[in-house]
Amino acid sequence: MFVWFCIVSTLGEKFWQLRGWPVNWFLQLDPLVALATILTTHTLYWPLLWALAVVILTIIFGRFFCGWVCPFGSIHHFVGFLGNREKTPAQKIQLNKYRKPQCIKYLVLVVLLSMAAFPSIRATLQTGLLDPIPLLTRSVNLLLLPIADKTANFISVKGRFYEGAWLIFAIFLTAVLLNLVIPRFYCRFICPLGALFGVIDRFALWRIGKNQNECSNCKLCEKSCEGGCEPAGSIRISECVLCFNCREDCKDEIINYQTQKSLGGEITDPDISRRGFVFSLASGIFAVPALGLSKKLGSNWYHKVIRPPGAIAESQFLERCIKCGQCMRICPTNVIQPGGIEGGLENLWTPVLNNRIGSSGCQYNCVACGQVCPTSAIRPITPAEKHGLGEFAEAGPIKLGTAFIDRNRCLPWAMDRPCIVCQENCPTSPKAIYTHEYFNTIREGTFTAKKVMDNTIETVETNLLPDKFATGDYYCITKKGERRKITANTENTIVLSNNEQFREVPAANSKIEIQIRLQKPYIDIEKCIGCGICEHECPVSGKKAIRVSAEGETRSTDRKLLLKN
Amino acid sequence: MSQEKDENLTRRRFLARSAKAGLSITAAAAVSLSLYDDKGPGAFVKTEGQVKLSDFSIPYIDGQTISIVRGPDRKKTVNKAIELLGGIGRFVKKGDIVVIKPNVAFASPPMLGATTRPELIGEAVRLCYKAGAKKVYVADNPINDPASCFTLSGIGKAASAAGAKVILPKNHLFKNTTLTGGKLIKDWPIFYGPFEKADKVIGIAPVKDHHRSGASMTMKNFYGLLGGRRNIFHQDINTIIAELSMMVKPTLVILDGTEVMMTNGPTGGSVSDLRRANTLIASTDCVAADSCGCGLLDLKVSDLPYLAGAQKFGAGTTDYELLKPKLATVT
Repeated sequence: MFVWFCIVSTLGEKFWQLRGWPVNWFLQLDPLVALATILTTHTLYWPLLWALAVVILTIIFGRFFCGWVCPFGSIHHFVGFLGNREKTPAQKIQLNKYRKPQCIKYLVLVVLLSMAAFPSIRATLQTGLLDPIPLLTRSVNLLLLPIADKTANFISVKGRFYEGAWLIFAIFLTAVLLNLVIPRFYCRFICPLGALFGVIDRFALWRIGKNQNECSNCKLCEKSCEGGCEPAGSIRISECVLCFNCREDCKDEIINYQTQKSLGGEITDPDISRRGFVFSLASGIFAVPALGLSKKLGSNWYHKVIRPPGAIAESQFLERCIKCGQCMRICPTNVIQPGGIEGGLENLWTPVLNNRIGSSGCQYNCVACGQVCPTSAIRPITPAEKHGLGEFAEAGPIKLGTAFIDRNRCLPWAMDRPCIVCQENCPTSPKAIYTHEYFNTIREGTFTAKKVMDNTIETVETNLLPDKFATGDYYCITKKGERRKITANTENTIVLSNNEQFREVPAANSKIEIQIRLQKPYIDIEKCIGCGICEHECPVSGKKAIRVSAEGETRSTDRKLLLKN
Repeated sequence: MSQEKDENLTRRRFLARSAKAGLSITAAAAVSLSLYDDKGPGAFVKTEGQVKLSDFSIPYIDGQTISIVRGPDRKKTVNKAIELLGGIGRFVKKGDIVVIKPNVAFASPPMLGATTRPELIGEAVRLCYKAGAKKVYVADNPINDPASCFTLSGIGKAASAAGAKVILPKNHLFKNTTLTGGKLIKDWPIFYGPFEKADKVIGIAPVKDHHRSGASMTMKNFYGLLGGRRNIFHQDINTIIAELSMMVKPTLVILDGTEVMMTNGPTGGSVSDLRRANTLIASTDCVAADSCGCGLLDLKVSDLPYLAGAQKFGAGTTDYELLKPKLATVT
């Protein structure tokens, strides 16, 4: 088991190293992912067919996945082993006895599946919150690897950051530390995937059991029992994770993995009451409309929920996303972030673009996120589709949203400072950000000409800051409206570019004004694809002066901004 | 229990379990394979079950397409206007289900003229029943809160008093439609429910100033059938109004210019926004009715591009004089 844990966690780290690795394999093996997406979409997306193999093997062999495959289970196994290895056999037997609350996981499963199962109440896929494979994938992707990377920077150049990772941390840590209270706490009490296996392994052909009635009743078989399934008495098949420790620990060698039922008796059904089942089913069914009351899928949708390129329309997206964080992991710019609850509880840990994190918005030629999405919540698009080229010309480019300029914060618009970093970085051709040229007279920018030569004006004022106006952005305009670029200045002289000459030289004692040339940015709303590179680059770093919000995203018609786009 | 019997039992149990396991596997595989999707979702999911509004218009009778009646009393003028077109019997047959579409856009009292006058609705409902209508519905998808609009405008009360049923725009009554040849109405939700089983449709609207389009009359009144985020259509108001005239083919429209909202439209808000014009127009051609009605706002047909647009689509004629309007005055 220890070896398994090592292999699995190495695999986890290798996700990033090698393209072509089956990075989604564990997620695809997960029957809960397959079953829940079948319930919400009524289809089985092809990579998830792997889960069928697991289901078949479970029907034949029992919960082998929990004991032998599940990497989260391996962590629990290992931590539980470490935390309790000093205990006496009697204490261990006490620790690993069956507990009635182990039925909670079945109720969790019922709640999550009932939320997914009824389209009339708008099904929502929330299994990913507790499904161990997405949970661990998310924890490794968004928590363990970034932390490891912080010091070594072996994955990324500048480290990886994920908003709200503290919550993922808290949950992961809690799940791991609970092993010190009861080994495999998560597996025994919470895990909805384990519960699913517990339901489908009832006809398992091979199962753990006693091969004879006589038993010394030493209970040593329960000393290291991982599932808490009581092999000493009537073994609970639905709880058994096939760790085989009982077989090992039985001094009389009467416990076996065998085709016959245990001669000590066995209990195949999960220990849940009809009342518990009905209440969980009802809670799940009521939960969805309760979530819907926030109207986050209607007029109250949250404009900062900007989905990655290729994401399907929001309600269908929420029927597929399992919150595994693979897109956030693969995203080369780190712009894809785990969503919070501002977009509704369903939005938690789903991929949302935050252009203030990461190295540069959504990269123009990148389609990586859709390629790794295990459930096609983000479709595997091609660059041609993203850019609206070739056969996609009619559909046009995929827009994630639209950039809006905040004219109260933008340097050229609000503060007479040249900038247009946003325009420069706009990746589309032609650019979606264009500029109009303005000349604004600067504050206290009126001076009196004392003496005017060809390219030099001497001013009456002697308090000019030397070379303040030498940046190339400043101009001098005469009363007659002639404007010439300033190349240098001293306390009382202004040197003009000799590219132009005065047609009418300003008279002595006439007023001149110093103006700054500004290129003020505008958005061409039909060209903007909402990539957020402008927002990322905007030097107004707190609340950006150009910000993308999801209006105008092409994946849904009900968030259109323009009549035609 | 003999050893042999015990083994038999065990074997039988195992076989039974194997059979059950086999069945489970078959079931799981069958479900998986039948739902197998090797493509994944497309970029867009098209709305299923799109609908089209029926054509509610009636055969053309030369010289009985439009009537213009002068007078201050709406009940009298509407009766006269319909009578001039051949009487209510021409429009409503025995057993018909009739939908009346008033303009109930705003939660505002009748005296402000932002909504269709309730007495006009009451009279129209009464006339329909007189002609033998089986059921009369009054329906609109207002801009302000629907229930408030129907209450404050007085239309809800007037309709019920005359025996009609008010249909409020509940979500399930909306279905998506695509207008053939349309540019804007594509896969768009409309307030279809009331019209699904209707035989006849009568649009009744006041003449109002409208800041974006110039004027709101009988054609603009059918904007109230649109659902969804219809506000984006204001980016191309003339096209959408012209398309509405293709989408809805009413039996009859009644344009109330007894008092005309001259300014601050389409909400108004003050009686000083209204001007008395004592004119009521009835027509089977909403383009003709609006082309005639725009004069009450001191506008020409050319001031309202949607009129020419609708004519181009074949929805009616802007040159209403050619239709030889029937004229009358009732005091």
